[in-house]
Amino acid sequence: MNELFIQIVLGISVASVPLIFAAIGELLVERSGVLNLGVEGMMIVGAITGFAVQFHFDNAFMALIAAIFAGMLIAAIFAFLTQIMLTNHVATGLALTLFGLGVSAFWGRSYSKVTVDRVDAINIPGLSDLPIVGPLVFSYDPLFYLSILMVFLVWYFLNKTKKGLILRAIGDNHDAAHAIGHNVVRYRFLAILFGGAMAGIGGAYLSLVQVPIWVEGMTAGRGWIALALVVFASWQPFKVIVGALIFGGISILQLHAQGFGLNVDAQYLSMLPYLMTIIVLVTLRIRSKSKTNRVMPSCLGKVFHSTK
Amino acid sequence: MIRLQTRAEHSTAMVFFSPMLALLLTAVSTFAIFFLAGVDGYGAFYVLFIEPLTDSYSFSEMLVKSAPLIMIALGLSVGFRAGVWNIGAEGQYVMGAVAGGAVGLYFYEVEGFWLLPLMSLAGIVGGMLYAGIAAFLKTRLQVNEILVTLMLTYVAILFLSAMVHGPLRDPDGFNFPESRLFHDSATLPIIWQGTRVHIGLVVAVILSFVTYFWVNKHITGLQIKISGNAPRAAKFAGFDENRTVWLSLLISGGVAGLAGVFEATGPIGQLVPHIPSGYGFTAIIVAFLARLNPIGIIFSALLIALTYIGGENAQITYDLPSSITSIFQGMLLFYFLACDVLIRYKFVFNFNQKHQP
Repeated sequence: MNELFIQIVLGISVASVPLIFAAIGELLVERSGVLNLGVEGMMIVGAITGFAVQFHFDNAFMALIAAIFAGMLIAAIFAFLTQIMLTNHVATGLALTLFGLGVSAFWGRSYSKVTVDRVDAINIPGLSDLPIVGPLVFSYDPLFYLSILMVFLVWYFLNKTKKGLILRAIGDNHDAAHAIGHNVVRYRFLAILFGGAMAGIGGAYLSLVQVPIWVEGMTAGRGWIALALVVFASWQPFKVIVGALIFGGISILQLHAQGFGLNVDAQYLSMLPYLMTIIVLVTLRIRSKSKTNRVMPSCLGKVFHSTK
Repeated sequence: MIRLQTRAEHSTAMVFFSPMLALLLTAVSTFAIFFLAGVDGYGAFYVLFIEPLTDSYSFSEMLVKSAPLIMIALGLSVGFRAGVWNIGAEGQYVMGAVAGGAVGLYFYEVEGFWLLPLMSLAGIVGGMLYAGIAAFLKTRLQVNEILVTLMLTYVAILFLSAMVHGPLRDPDGFNFPESRLFHDSATLPIIWQGTRVHIGLVVAVILSFVTYFWVNKHITGLQIKISGNAPRAAKFAGFDENRTVWLSLLISGGVAGLAGVFEATGPIGQLVPHIPSGYGFTAIIVAFLARLNPIGIIFSALLIALTYIGGENAQITYDLPSSITSIFQGMLLFYFLACDVLIRYKFVFNFNQKHQP
């Protein structure tokens, strides 16, 4: 039973990490007042880039850096269109998702039948060997620790730095922020690039750690779940971890349900993460109807154009 | 310094020129991609965009594909005008197909002229109910409709799979995940003999005109338009916000459901797991390319259908993956959105003055 328990906990963490990365990136983007619905597209481009680099160079560090840059590159398209060309955020984000899915499938067609070395967990001698606590606390892959660190950094940036304060101000009232001399477009552009980097690394986690293969459309809606997580977290960084663990937990329980003797068709179990997203959004609204409205950035998704 | 300046009036010239510019830019980018992929650019371009128009089989298939795209995009355009973002038309389309298909399979032994209308009605209701979930959650609890409709799309696709693996599976089908083939009175009439072009295309075109007049001439259409363009004005005028949300989602869900039934009873002829083919998502592009204009949607749907057929042909002739189609569609939408900025703004070149924040 201990073995199974440890396995489930580790499984949940592996399932949560890509969601944490993608969601924390999008959280910062949304706090700056931009709604980027292209998370799914940025993630899948990160997934194929990481996979391809890992396949050719067999270097996980290089693969992750490449995935980050790929995510930023494709996010730059969105940033250019929405910030410079003043296009509609929703439509541009959808186009980005379609474009990303297409590009990754086009590029990935030669990688569909190969595998790469999985990025393994790091074991800390001594600590990882402790009974139960060892595997539960000290034997994750480095990216798991990095994802938690990123959440902390985003929280620190938003709440403890001057630039973070300006970014939040821009998200809440871009006209006022502009009037007192802050460069709205530059802040938002950089925030979008950060979102792309995080989505890229989250995608690469899927194709390098979760399953070391490339499958067309392998993100399977995780980018959209990450978007829901931001709402779930009511735009607060640390709540992203809680949400991601819940979603990770559901997708893992769905794998183990048959093992527990639950006799339900696989299709119905696979619906759970998606249904759960809706249920969570609903309960959140029932619990705090007025509170969540207050924390949503007021300028979310609105196009900014300075007249002067 | 180059910057955008608001035009005093929308530029009528740009209303026509910006789509041309977008098409030109997309064509140039497509050439660039072919060049990078090491494909004969001119030949591939011909296969993608010209050949489907010259060969009657490809042309008829283009019409087949444009019917669901027109219908779904019409429904979505109504909601998009009002700022109601139904992104899960794909799910409503699938649920429509399941509901209508189930009715057809229930009356498997029965022939009758009433069967097809009944199936269509079931499809419309199925799509409406499914979109209604999002409307209910949006109006009651302000839950974001983008996320709800999208999550429900994944659920719908899994539900279809569960149905054709279980209750609706063909009992004599050797356990293949498929339903029985619909019989004659549950299959859509063909309007062009020898092809798969069905009556759904006629319905789609009629719906375009109905929507056009409804949006432009009817008071409810006007209310929806104003709710999107000027939410505050709509509020002061006493328009019911919730009513707009309900209307938008029920209309787009119903039409998507009808498109789903038409696809199942038309070109496919049975319920199969691959009914969801991305039309629900592609229709979003179709709607935006037409700038949400119901008549324009007919043309943008034909254009997008052309890229589907061209993509399939390119797959055969040049061994290009079919994903080239979604790259192309994504790019087209990027360029369209970017070029449309020229209608409302103009570029001002000013190299002497320092940029002021």
